[in-house]
Amino acid sequence: MSISAPRGLASSGQKPITEILHPLSAAEEPLSPGPDVTVSGGRDKEVGLTNGTPVETPSPASASVLFNRLQLDDDLDSDGRDPYADTETHDLFVTVDDPKKHVSTMETYITYRVSTKTTRIEFDLPDYSVRRRYQDFDWLRTKLEDSQPTHLIPPLPEKFVMKGVVDRFSEEFVETRMKALDKFLKRVADHPVLSFNPHLNAFLSAKDLNKRQGLALLSKVGESVKNVAGGYKLRVRPPEFCAMGEYLDTFNQKLGTIDRIAQRILKEQSEYLTELREYGTVYASWAGSEEELQRPLEGVAGCVTTCCGALEDMSENMGQDFLPVLREYILYIESMKNVLRKRDQSQAEYEGRLEAAVLRKQEDRTPIPAEVEKCQDKMECFNADLKADWERWQSNKRQDFKQLLTGMADKNVTHYEKCQAAWESLITLLQDKQTEDKTRTSVMSLLEGRVFIQIFPGQTSSTPNASLFLSSSRQRGFAREDKI
Amino acid sequence: MADSVSREEVAVISNTDITSTESENNIINTMVERGTALLRKLEINVAEAEKRTGKNTVNMQETYTVYLIEIRPAETEGGTPAAPDTLWRRYSEFELLRTYLLVTYPYIIIPPLPEKRAEFVWHKLSADNLDPDFVERRRVGLENFLLRVASHPVLSNDKIFFLFLTEEKGWRDAVLETGFQDKADSRLKSLSAMFRVKNPDKRFTALKQYSDELNSVISQLLRIRARVADRLYGVYKVHGNYGRVFSEWSAIEKEMGDGLQSAGHHMDTYAASIDDILEEEEHFADQLKEYLFYTDAVRSVCRKHELIQYELEMAAQDLAQKKQQKEELATGTVRIFSLKGMTSKLFGQESPEQKESRLAALEQSIQEGEETVKEKNTECQEFVRAAWDDIEHFKEQRDKDLREALISYAIMQISMCKKVWTFILVCILCMYINS
Repeated sequence: MSISAPRGLASSGQKPITEILHPLSAAEEPLSPGPDVTVSGGRDKEVGLTNGTPVETPSPASASVLFNRLQLDDDLDSDGRDPYADTETHDLFVTVDDPKKHVSTMETYITYRVSTKTTRIEFDLPDYSVRRRYQDFDWLRTKLEDSQPTHLIPPLPEKFVMKGVVDRFSEEFVETRMKALDKFLKRVADHPVLSFNPHLNAFLSAKDLNKRQGLALLSKVGESVKNVAGGYKLRVRPPEFCAMGEYLDTFNQKLGTIDRIAQRILKEQSEYLTELREYGTVYASWAGSEEELQRPLEGVAGCVTTCCGALEDMSENMGQDFLPVLREYILYIESMKNVLRKRDQSQAEYEGRLEAAVLRKQEDRTPIPAEVEKCQDKMECFNADLKADWERWQSNKRQDFKQLLTGMADKNVTHYEKCQAAWESLITLLQDKQTEDKTRTSVMSLLEGRVFIQIFPGQTSSTPNASLFLSSSRQRGFAREDKI
Repeated sequence: MADSVSREEVAVISNTDITSTESENNIINTMVERGTALLRKLEINVAEAEKRTGKNTVNMQETYTVYLIEIRPAETEGGTPAAPDTLWRRYSEFELLRTYLLVTYPYIIIPPLPEKRAEFVWHKLSADNLDPDFVERRRVGLENFLLRVASHPVLSNDKIFFLFLTEEKGWRDAVLETGFQDKADSRLKSLSAMFRVKNPDKRFTALKQYSDELNSVISQLLRIRARVADRLYGVYKVHGNYGRVFSEWSAIEKEMGDGLQSAGHHMDTYAASIDDILEEEEHFADQLKEYLFYTDAVRSVCRKHELIQYELEMAAQDLAQKKQQKEELATGTVRIFSLKGMTSKLFGQESPEQKESRLAALEQSIQEGEETVKEKNTECQEFVRAAWDDIEHFKEQRDKDLREALISYAIMQISMCKKVWTFILVCILCMYINS
């Protein structure tokens, strides 16, 4: 099938999103019956007979082109729109790739290559390449959470997978996990504060990650927050943090609903698939009783089978790409709520201490102790860090979900493309035969008497197999003579 | 592409963007193309359906549907199309016509009527005969029936059929006057009778077997199709749930809000689109059903042949027996046990006069028997010739029709795929534009 790109994408170079709207009008054409392939007399029949598709329709391939275009634009745009672009670090680049299986007597596991390029002085060398396993990433995240409690730490892919249900060593699973780990590490490396964390340094550079080694280089705030005294109750959460909390609650709920719907869809699709498979086999068995119709019926059976395969792929994708990201975010939200709670704690402590100090001052003129000011500092730091991280989180979340939803949509498009292609090739098969028959009968009826029909004996089919010897050269032109 | 009787029709079918309705028209045009005398004169269609109420035979009020048959003289050059002659018929009258044809032309595979009650339904379709969708599909089926009869080389010449199309009031009497009712009863008896043919015609045996297989496989196909439709409906409707949650989610987002809102809206539209998709699929199911019912007609022809064959065999057997009896009587030997033979053995021979009269009676009987056998033989041969002619015609038609139906089905699938992925693209674009 020839690939013709929609008109809007004809020129090279990036187009602003609004101009890319134009392909929509091209894309909408197939919704109404396409332009007839008009045939003038008998001469142009070649066009009508051989070309199965009208010329102007945007073919399925253009859908993916369009999608990739949009992705590219988006990636380039996002830097511009990100208010924290200036604070993004551009001197530390990390990548996670090259998964390898390790088999030992005790266990089997996957390691990934973590490559680093940096100009930072905190690092001894400009390049590093180490191998890490999931456990190591988990260790890093925990350490970051502990040492930077005022910051939002990016999520990791799910730790536990049901051994019976998911194959931990399947290509798809490993691929999905690796992408998530790469995203995690990149986010940490891009963070203006987290990227300077010594645990990250160790993770990226150490030959052997000695996880038991308690690096005592906790940040000051981290240390003090860790030792926040309990027992203080927060009275009023400031409105901006209230909004955060509410948002997280609602968002969590919505994600949960989406997760449930997605699972329900998978179930329904699987039941549909079962029926559809049986449907295909009936066509195949019908083909067995037919002669002329055998190939067309087998063709239909084949089409249905192809559609089943396409649906299976799509369901698999949903399970591997869509659901894990949803669950990642649900876990993420949990950890964010914890951070909010800790922030509340720090505010409560400050307010509690302040109140106590003020009372004492009123009583016996004891000056407000330095601790109270330290608490205030602590709280204000926490608030500032959290606010900054919140904006970053929102931006990342937007990007993640846009990618997720459009990714799912793209998979859907691919699925329908596959199905469409299968049916279109069937039509070609069906029409070729039909063209032969039609031409034969038309010619027979029109040539009236100027024809010798030789019938071959011994044919078992019901219609005589006619070979036409055309006697007259004054025939009206038929482009398909050779097929007869 | 109205002038599809010419070879241009080939190009039309190559265009994959024709809708399935247009493809169905190709089937009808094929029938017209066959050019029976009737169809050269007239254009027939079943234009409308209407509800009526009236008193039935037991004097109770009933609601029924009538269908408008339009007859127009076939297009003449340059003239404006004449106003059609019309009459109204209800389903039971079509049934009467068909029964008449079945009885009068037992060697012809009579085209079937659309189903009396909706079968092989999936959960949403109403099985109610008064449901507008059902009525519409029935209208199409009735039109198909009339066109098939009108394009049949034998049936199209039938007077009663012509009257059915032209005489609203007097038709019923005309049919009954043919006396086909008597034959109808005996036909029904013969169809359900159990008898065994000694030398079955292999071709008819094979045909009956094929028709049984086809019946079974199409039934299976229709059943599963209904289940598939049900499941697909479920999938689409669950997607509709996304609509609401995306809407709710959009309420808490600042920048993604609009994008999510329109995504949700599109989910709703997607979920709603299944109704039209499945309605269109019913059309394919109807085409399959027609051939399912055709198998009954084929079976009926085979049975009729069996009956005639059986009667021939019986007549031949009877004749042979009588000839045997005559021989025995003439030569005095008893080869076959007969009461007369035994009694004469026991109680003595009969008188020569008695013997003479018995011989004469047998002679007479044998002559009559030979006539019968000759008649039956001719009848059988005629039946086989006429039937097999029609069977070839039927097979050709079946191959053509079912191929068209499959093409039409594939076109429908393609159109659905295109709609959906185009639609999803729009969804994606909305998300990008609005976020």
